[in-house]
Amino acid sequence: MKTVIDTGCHAVALAARSAKVDVVAAYPITPQTSVVEEIATMVEDGTLDCRFLPVEGEHSAMAACAGASAAGARVFTATSSQGLLYMHEVLHMASGGRLPIVMANANRAVFAPWTIWADHNDSLAQRDTGWLQYYCASVQEVYNTVLQAFKVAEEIKLPVMVNFDGFILSHSMVPIRLPEQADIDAFLPEYEPTWRLDPQNPSSFGNVTMPPEYAEFRKTLARDILASIDLVKKAAENYKEYTGMWDGDVFEPYLIEDAEVVVLSMGSMASEVEISVDHLRKQGIKAGALRLRLYRPFPAEDLRKILPKNTTLITLDRNYSFGMEGGVLFNDCKAALYDKRNDVRVLNQTIGIGGLDLTWQAMAQAILALLEA
Amino acid sequence: MRPVYEKYFRDNIPHIWCAGCGNGIVMSAFARAIEKLGYDQDDVMVVSGIGCSSRMTTYIDFNTLHTAHGRALAFATGAKLSEPRLKMFVIMGDGDAAAIGGNHFIHSCRRNIDITAIIINNAIYGMTGGQYSPLTPTGKKATTAPYGNIDRAFDIVELSRGAGATYVARGDIYHAAQLTNQIVDAANHKGFSVLEVVSTCPISYGRYNKMPKPTDMMQYIKDNTVSVQKAATMTADELKDKIIIGEHFKIENVPEYTEEHNKLVAEVKKDYLEKLKGGAK
Repeated sequence: MKTVIDTGCHAVALAARSAKVDVVAAYPITPQTSVVEEIATMVEDGTLDCRFLPVEGEHSAMAACAGASAAGARVFTATSSQGLLYMHEVLHMASGGRLPIVMANANRAVFAPWTIWADHNDSLAQRDTGWLQYYCASVQEVYNTVLQAFKVAEEIKLPVMVNFDGFILSHSMVPIRLPEQADIDAFLPEYEPTWRLDPQNPSSFGNVTMPPEYAEFRKTLARDILASIDLVKKAAENYKEYTGMWDGDVFEPYLIEDAEVVVLSMGSMASEVEISVDHLRKQGIKAGALRLRLYRPFPAEDLRKILPKNTTLITLDRNYSFGMEGGVLFNDCKAALYDKRNDVRVLNQTIGIGGLDLTWQAMAQAILALLEA
Repeated sequence: MRPVYEKYFRDNIPHIWCAGCGNGIVMSAFARAIEKLGYDQDDVMVVSGIGCSSRMTTYIDFNTLHTAHGRALAFATGAKLSEPRLKMFVIMGDGDAAAIGGNHFIHSCRRNIDITAIIINNAIYGMTGGQYSPLTPTGKKATTAPYGNIDRAFDIVELSRGAGATYVARGDIYHAAQLTNQIVDAANHKGFSVLEVVSTCPISYGRYNKMPKPTDMMQYIKDNTVSVQKAATMTADELKDKIIIGEHFKIENVPEYTEEHNKLVAEVKKDYLEKLKGGAK
């Protein structure tokens, strides 16, 4: 295993290269990150045997990805913020068409007003598109997760989005451990599509359907997305066997066995939450942290199992769910726990919007304020 | 003493543009042009999309709208239709005009709506780090084409002509005084006017293409521009890689879109009112 020092964006590109992707389509202009720039260099200097398509917009990027995936290629792309919003229409086509595309998204807040800093509203606005969504806490995890995402995507034939916080992870340089290519190849063998566009064996994707067929397709899609939770867990364990690295499966718990207060969060802020938890413990509060690594499908059953008895769950939401009390995480957790775990009290704090700084001190203070209210 | 054009700037200068960027020259030419045109500040609207050049709407003191990537012309079309009295300007870069917003661009040309589109062409996606654009010349280097660009570039003049624009000119930031007059001429033309401004990006383009200093890029523009009049006397070989500046074409008396729209509305209203008077339902 080799260690390099690089940014989150370059870690994504390195992972795409390790996954030996066949096609990358992207719009290289703002809000794109240096992910695709690095991939373009790899393609041109011959270290990645891949077709790189620099198209005219993110809508076209996802459309090109869908086409390439339907033709049987292993497909990757990357975007951020407004770019992801612009893809929205075709995101549905990717999931409904059962196309195992993997996309990295550098989480950044959305317009208006203009901003360029991190929060989670860009990807959470894609919640119901049928994409699986991971949220990473470290640059190493971003690398690891892109590879795991391909494994899951290709097994269940669903697209997967790997989210990592803009700037905090995308542009920070840290050491990254790169597993041996032979181990990655063993973990993620060449993609064998079940169905693909093939002139010798004609088939079609995305036809007009009558209501009963449409309903059947959607029902199958909904069922398979929920079923992919087990594949996510298996992929994480499998990846650990080959590389020795572990970032959690659907959750990453920290000191929660005896916790009376569990703080749930997503993305890079979760590592800062652990420091807040240590601080609260020193003050005599039995706190623990739970990082949600897989947001969609939402691991509701796992949440119900993992929370200790009579606990207070605090969700730290780096998003707004406009028109509803509390953030997206808060409402999902409430729905998952209602009627089944009525011993859990759920509280919510909106935090870190548009790149507002998230220090462990501020989070500890917010948690204390909620508990005292 | 403050120069006259500074009355058109807001108080948030200094701007964010890099040393050697051409955007500032275009911005001051724009302010001078408005002074020459004698427009009231409140009657002028400037719309931009995304990119370095789009930042201009933050600095200049008119009705401004800073919109989504590629959509500046779409927002401007809406605003112009609802308030045709507005003097409408759209500031775009390579991406907004020719890539993500290319579709809006050709359809704005086709409709001949009275908007002045200023396309600042620095041949690169500057803000995001020097990726090649549809206006990057073939063979030039970019961060996404480290060994040279194999794409062919759009010619904005020909693209506009083909799409139906009624006024097309090309200027550059070296000939700044001429640029001011070109903005005035483009604004005075009734219909969709396109003004391409050949500009510089020493950071994201020049450094990769043997013009690392801002002065290198200025020199390049100075050495390679020829006027429309002079170009008419030159052979195709002599014109290779030259930038032809000046008014490329102007077509008068083509119906303007907002006027046609208002005429239609008035006619339909009149018919309807007459029918009501006659007792028809």
